Amino acid sequence: MNLKPDTFKRIDEVITHYPVKRSATLPLLHLIQEDVGFISPEAIEWVAAKLELQPINVYEVVTFYPMFRQKPIGRRHIKVCRTLSCALMGGYKTCDAFEKEFNTHRGEISPDGEVTVEFVECLASCGTAPVVLIDDDLHEKVDVTKAKQLSDQIKAEAGKRNR
Amino acid sequence: MAAPQQRRIIFKHIDAPGYANDFACYLRHGGYGMLKKAVAMPPAAIIDEVKKSGLRGRGGAGFPCGVKWGLVDRKSGKPIYLVVNADESEPGTFKDRYIIHQDPHQLIEGIMISCWANNVKQAYIYIRGEMPHGARILEQAIAEARAANFCGPNILGTSYGCEIYVHRGAGAYICGEETGLIESLEGKRPYPRIKPPYFPAVLGLYQCPTIVNNVETLCHVKYIVEVGGDAYAKIGTPNNSGTRLLCVSGHVQKPGYYEYEVGKITMGELLNDVCGGPLPGRKFKAVIPGGSSAKILRFGETFTLKNKDGTSRTLTVEDIPMDFDTLAACGTMGGSGGVIVMDDSVNMVEALANINAFYAHESCGQCTPCREGSLWMKKITNRMVHETPRAEDGALLKSVADQIAGRTICAFGEACSWPTQSFVAKFGDEFKAYPETKKAAKAESARALV
Repeated sequence: MNLKPDTFKRIDEVITHYPVKRSATLPLLHLIQEDVGFISPEAIEWVAAKLELQPINVYEVVTFYPMFRQKPIGRRHIKVCRTLSCALMGGYKTCDAFEKEFNTHRGEISPDGEVTVEFVECLASCGTAPVVLIDDDLHEKVDVTKAKQLSDQIKAEAGKRNR
Repeated sequence: MAAPQQRRIIFKHIDAPGYANDFACYLRHGGYGMLKKAVAMPPAAIIDEVKKSGLRGRGGAGFPCGVKWGLVDRKSGKPIYLVVNADESEPGTFKDRYIIHQDPHQLIEGIMISCWANNVKQAYIYIRGEMPHGARILEQAIAEARAANFCGPNILGTSYGCEIYVHRGAGAYICGEETGLIESLEGKRPYPRIKPPYFPAVLGLYQCPTIVNNVETLCHVKYIVEVGGDAYAKIGTPNNSGTRLLCVSGHVQKPGYYEYEVGKITMGELLNDVCGGPLPGRKFKAVIPGGSSAKILRFGETFTLKNKDGTSRTLTVEDIPMDFDTLAACGTMGGSGGVIVMDDSVNMVEALANINAFYAHESCGQCTPCREGSLWMKKITNRMVHETPRAEDGALLKSVADQIAGRTICAFGEACSWPTQSFVAKFGDEFKAYPETKKAAKAESARALV
């Protein structure tokens, strides 16, 4: 398994948090996904061996939890909240705006490889609806105008990197 | 009429100018003083204070915290675990987020007091996966507290030690259910466990006695140590003691989070005086009072409740005090404190379609009535909105919902059927009229909510 040295270090550390190794399944999957971008079949086998489990024990966890993915996504991950409070304040329009800005559809990688736009369920910030999680950062009151601003920012950062 | 004053206990420092979430700032504000007071008390005395306080759990069910602690099996010889439920995911609820991000040490201190009281040597904070910054803030706070001997081995020079670890979820709502959360913490799919025999107090994490408490509840424990159980019980109203964090979202002028003594503010005061009333030109139509699974209230309906002396009183939605017992008597619940407001621009079929999509997505799939029922309810409301609505769909929805509630391992069965049951019961005409409504409406308008 090809991971950064720091990831290996953190994996060994986090296993010590639990009296039963299996408990480290979610933490290990998070660490690997943060490092590699997704959970490959190889990663499932590796986690299983590391925690003395069968691969199916890890596989059934990967397939259950919405945050774990088995395929790569765009460089940036845009998660728009779909649930009631955000929808009441225009969340669907916000999601449409991101899709339009990056010429993509929900759940797909945009043609430029820059983003994956997704609808997710309640992000627990209903008072500042509609909300959007871009990678690790929460953005509040994201109406169509703000969605365009955030998209421009992402495009500008991509432009700088490609220069 | 002026709105009642907030009483900020848990949110005392939230959004306060100059208050930061670091250790030094917490210490300057008297931080960890209550832990010092607690470790000078016998653990049983703290449990007594919590029992006297009447504190009810703030996660949704409102179960008395002291009773929960009293059920813990202390004779098994196995370790006792404390698990902090920070998997805040009930739609409409956003209180724990601010405690975790802005005042994490308040939570750590509440956890350590509760661990001391229950002889817990290992605590886990199960935080939802979508709060990565929150997880890092908590890890930093734990490290700071540990360096100062407020957690870890030999707390405050005693022989007592307790570790806290942060454990991140991965986007599944069902992990908020305490036995599902425990399964998830054991590294499995979060299928809730059947009770009996798997009451966490007896057979919880690793089949050991386990206490699962909500973030807000543990912060209240810290305050109970400060003022004592009797004084705490005088805050709020009888059997509904303390303060409550109320989260208001949806169609009001000033959505946000507020802290009031339980039952000392009515729904009308909260929405009109505190939150500034409806949006310009709009009227309130409906409100969900305690997170999306709580049954909806329709503005204009009235409730006749019995008083203790045998007389009765009639309340409008605006009259309902925001406490556990009155909301329950009105057929709904205080739940997690998430108040979602809808005005007269909302079609209730479309709002229910949004909620049904949530529950169909989040059903864990373990019990057939819920796995199939939540999906069929979503399919029916989606078909109504996007394809061919029928006048009898309301009755069909109700029949599906009625076959879920009470027939599942965990309370998700109720959580997913109560919205459908209450929407159809209270807005039945709107469901019957939806075929006509849809014909008259512009095609794109229905896409707003689902």
